[in-house]
Amino acid sequence: MRKLVACVLLVTLASPALAIDTDKAFDDPQLQARYEHIIEEVRCLKCQNQSIKDSNAFLAGDLRREIRRMLAEGKTDDEIYDFLVARYGEFALYRPRMSGKTLVLWIAPILLLLAGGFVLVNILRRRMAMPIDGDAAAEE
Amino acid sequence: MRFAIPIVVFLLLVVVFSFGLFNDPRELPSPFLGEQAPAFEVESLTEPGRMVGSADYTGKMALVNVWATWCGGCRQEHPFLLQLARSGAIQIYGINWRDNREEALRWLKQLGDPYEFSAFDADGRVGIDWGVYGAPETFLISPEGIVLHKHLGPLDAATWQEDFIPLIEAGAPSS
Repeated sequence: MRKLVACVLLVTLASPALAIDTDKAFDDPQLQARYEHIIEEVRCLKCQNQSIKDSNAFLAGDLRREIRRMLAEGKTDDEIYDFLVARYGEFALYRPRMSGKTLVLWIAPILLLLAGGFVLVNILRRRMAMPIDGDAAAEE
Repeated sequence: MRFAIPIVVFLLLVVVFSFGLFNDPRELPSPFLGEQAPAFEVESLTEPGRMVGSADYTGKMALVNVWATWCGGCRQEHPFLLQLARSGAIQIYGINWRDNREEALRWLKQLGDPYEFSAFDADGRVGIDWGVYGAPETFLISPEGIVLHKHLGPLDAATWQEDFIPLIEAGAPSS
């Protein structure tokens, strides 16, 4: 039994260790940190539910190369995100930026939460106003 | 009356979900639609050393087709592109994206060459500038260099008739 558990653990825990982009891109640790952060934030357009950090599609590799080039040229993070959004649209970023087009994405959760709260309060109020039949019956 | 609100909410959800169901999530709107197409200049695939690019088609309606030999959809649409080029309806300019030169040349020799030129984009830089993420992609470019339409996936006669012809006749962006 213990062996079985060990086997299951080995198989399930080993998979996250697969890494795609293992080469160190920059000697400067600060630049390397920015690079690693950016490639986690950018969607691989070819394989839409992976970041370009996780994907080994050649397009993801090309985008990593362009991002390394821009970082080396001294571009800011925002300039790099602008570069990607101008070409692939807001969808390229996992965290789309607040703008007219993406506003609904940002406020919809808040509106839904408010609507849910409103419904909940209404139901609770109605319940409190109801006569407590069950208790009355038990007392008789 | 008690059930009016849940039923309305349910119907609204049905509308939203069926909209989502029939939308292809791989088809992304191009940010270039109605905008100036990106300029490029790279080496020709067929004539090494000669530079080709967007300057070659400014002033006329053009079709820019992103293709590669590793792309199955490109093989599928190839006969239609040949037919289109032969009909003289429009001039087609190829961007050979992330490909191997020998294989690409063999492809054109064996299957026929519908392109005025094929730009040899070996490292994918032009592809990135055009926001290409899956070949084949076909862009309709106005004489002023505006992207009128982008089609993702193999082009065929029906799509051409429906999505391209009206735009070519009107000369206006598709959205």
